[in-house]
Amino acid sequence: MSWVALTTGFILILIGLYGALTNRNILRIIVSFSIANTGVNLIIVAVGYMASRTAPILDKTVAPTEALERIIDPLPQALVLTAIVIGVGVTALMLTYAFKLYEVKGTLDISSYKELKW
Amino acid sequence: MTRRFFVVLLLLGLIAIFANLLFNYAMDSELNQTARYYAKHTATDIGAANIVTAIIVTYRGLDTLGEVTVLFLTASIIGLVLARSKNKAQADAQPTQRSNQHKTRPFPSGELLTTGSDLLVPLILLLGAYVFINGHLTPGGGFQGGAILASAALLLLLTNPSRHFSHQLISKVESTSGLIFIVLGILGIFFAGGFLDNRLLPTGTLGSIFSAGIIPVIYSFIGLKVGAEFTSMMINLAETEKKQEKNK
Repeated sequence: MSWVALTTGFILILIGLYGALTNRNILRIIVSFSIANTGVNLIIVAVGYMASRTAPILDKTVAPTEALERIIDPLPQALVLTAIVIGVGVTALMLTYAFKLYEVKGTLDISSYKELKW
Repeated sequence: MTRRFFVVLLLLGLIAIFANLLFNYAMDSELNQTARYYAKHTATDIGAANIVTAIIVTYRGLDTLGEVTVLFLTASIIGLVLARSKNKAQADAQPTQRSNQHKTRPFPSGELLTTGSDLLVPLILLLGAYVFINGHLTPGGGFQGGAILASAALLLLLTNPSRHFSHQLISKVESTSGLIFIVLGILGIFFAGGFLDNRLLPTGTLGSIFSAGIIPVIYSFIGLKVGAEFTSMMINLAETEKKQEKNK
């Protein structure tokens, strides 16, 4: 089953990169980055999945003694939790800078920002 | 036109790489060494039922401290960047302020939204607190609970866009919980195994609410901190927008 999640993740990364490279509007570029970010997170979680195992939470169904055979890899989930939170921070920062750029130039079209172009 | 061509070329290359990764992917049949360590030792060493929480708060607690710091930095930078433009907008808007005063709430929100948010906000706050207090037992934890708390603030903002939130309260909650997080970590050096060690309190029985040492305490403060940070980000963005509208 994990190939479904992997394929979706790869497709989301491709959609995000395509959007970021072809769009001219800064807000659309930010949305594209968020989509690509989601794809990466999905892939990392999918890599930790293992067939016929359950979530890494010990309770009545998974006794601590049989955890080795019953749970999936908990590490990718912990890493993705970090990545999601940092992703929110990055998106908020990008939006703030987009607002600042709009305030200075009055436009969100990236082709009118030529200061760093050579 | 050539630009488009290069973009398509790049994407085709990436598709080739991704297809190669996808078709040669073999699912693990047993846990790798790190995961095996966590699966074997979490119940006895940490006492947390949720292994992901044990990894985030204790095994990789330093990582989480860094993550919280990054989030704090983000919130501060947003406050700094937007505060400047706010001041500028305020100075520009000063002469026209009186004429615009009656326009502060151009569209009063509907009965449904107002009543719905009055009903839902306490429940959402309760759910957020539940999620971060039970972070060591069930799926969830400080970050998720904090995001839920912030969503209550978002609902309040949606109902009444000109609502005033106390910046002072938010920053006090944020800095106090951050400080407590670090102090608990340092106490671990003296009274337990090391920085951010959770055995400051007894680990208790697996699966009960008072278990896993100080994990629930630390995760609750992380929840408060994350909630306060997300709320301050949203409020900063919302208030700047208001000033911008007045400016026009």
